[in-house]
Amino acid sequence: MRKLGPYLILLLLLTAGFSLATVLQERVSGWSNRGDSDNVLKVLLGDGRRLFANHFFVQADISFHSGYYPSIFDQANRPKDNRHLTAKEGEPAAEEHEKQMNFLGPPRDWIERFGRHFIITGHTHLEGNNRSEVLPWLKLSAELDPQKIETYTVAAYWLRDLGKIKEAERFLREGFLNNPESYEILLELGRLYYEHNHDVARARKIWDLALRRWSEQEAANKQPDLLKLDQIAVNLAHLEEQEGKLARAIQLLELCKKGSPHPEALQKQIDELKQKLAAPPPSAAPEAR
Amino acid sequence: MKTVLAISGIVIKELYRRKDFYVLFVLTAVITLLMGSVSFFHDTNSVRYVKDIALLLIWISALVIAIGTTARQIPAERENRTIFPLLAKPVTRWQVILGKFAGCWLACGLALIVLYLFFGIVSGSRDHHWPLLNFCTALWLHWVMLGVVVAFVLLGSVVFTAPSSNATITFIVVLGILFLGRYLNQVALQQPEPLRSIVYGLYFLIPHLEWYDVRDLIIYDQNLVGWMDCALATLYAVIYMAVFLLGTWLVFRRKALNL
Repeated sequence: MRKLGPYLILLLLLTAGFSLATVLQERVSGWSNRGDSDNVLKVLLGDGRRLFANHFFVQADISFHSGYYPSIFDQANRPKDNRHLTAKEGEPAAEEHEKQMNFLGPPRDWIERFGRHFIITGHTHLEGNNRSEVLPWLKLSAELDPQKIETYTVAAYWLRDLGKIKEAERFLREGFLNNPESYEILLELGRLYYEHNHDVARARKIWDLALRRWSEQEAANKQPDLLKLDQIAVNLAHLEEQEGKLARAIQLLELCKKGSPHPEALQKQIDELKQKLAAPPPSAAPEAR
Repeated sequence: MKTVLAISGIVIKELYRRKDFYVLFVLTAVITLLMGSVSFFHDTNSVRYVKDIALLLIWISALVIAIGTTARQIPAERENRTIFPLLAKPVTRWQVILGKFAGCWLACGLALIVLYLFFGIVSGSRDHHWPLLNFCTALWLHWVMLGVVVAFVLLGSVVFTAPSSNATITFIVVLGILFLGRYLNQVALQQPEPLRSIVYGLYFLIPHLEWYDVRDLIIYDQNLVGWMDCALATLYAVIYMAVFLLGTWLVFRRKALNL
């Protein structure tokens, strides 16, 4: 009996621990704000993961440039925004970006001159089958910081470009769930429905909502995001014109003029629409006698 | 020469008897394979992120092996008092230094061959593209760079009292050169005199280890460094190895071996 004593105590302790665990399990989940759905990265890194998210977003940009990217010491030449990531060749954003990326300049000494044989010195962008190389970094960035809106819009652009429409929609919806106030995600989602799914009614609803969200957030701002307003309103105006709602289309184009880099072209469009609106409706065909 | 090779043979044996390399290799392999098995947006074409992560881990592992192995060589011999029978053979202090250096450098080379072989298999199996010559050039440059690091750590092991302080200081210096070395001239030009001349002098004085980091050229499938540049970079590294080894001998030849 004496020999069995310690084993019995051990068994008793184990039983007590097991029983207590069944009781406590329910309560423990309520002690912290952390839900069951939190992923491993969130649990491990906490809010510090947002720093890594930004690093991975920059890594996507580096990948887009095939390794040719300004360092922290070339800050002045670092891309100021992410428009170049979604700009086609020949667009103003792409041309401006080309100037920004000419950051190397002539070498200052022999060490720098020789060192350039070991680094990438040509500015190129991803093309062909390599275009998908940015996607893993963007996905990681979104996992780490679900509130980083540009991750969703840039990834959706590349997914659409690769013909992965379903994945783009799913990713944008995930982004919208995490950022229900984002007009940027709504703009991109509307584009997807209009250009790829040809679902005009859905695209209009989404762009209408995007315009509302923009007004709620940006209208009162000192420096509102006029570029996005321009993009939302132009798309919406185009739909309204197709539907024959010319007055609404004019109203939207007037709104675009605020943020457009080419207001004169918009004014021309507005004038044309006004002329159409003023013209008498085509008379009904005379009835046959 | 035989003596130097015999001493270096012992160091190489030490590498495969210790568990450091196996742990680092398994960690590198597991993380790389785990990242490689993840599918992002059902896409199977992306390979550069795997190459990026794998090469980063290889660089970290190689640095840890080089610094960790070298830092404890001479202090361990002194602590265990095995330095006395070693020097009584007769073996000169210069031969001890050269033997330890050759052993550590060759051990790093062996570790690099295993790590790059793994990298080549992972990269080639996903990329379906085998730029073997590029991998060999990258491995060579990496190994040459580690030669400078090993020589520097050896100098540290006769200057600093503890291997831990030597390893920490070397890590800071090496990482500092890898991250900032290339930009020190830019930093210098923004400083007022005399700080400008001091920083610029430092820029010319430090071994530019960042040259040997050609990971980007491998990751982004760029043309690799030319043979002439490779040879010049090797010569540059050999000069620094000689400087550090000579420095080590100058300190070590008059150093009391009792702790």
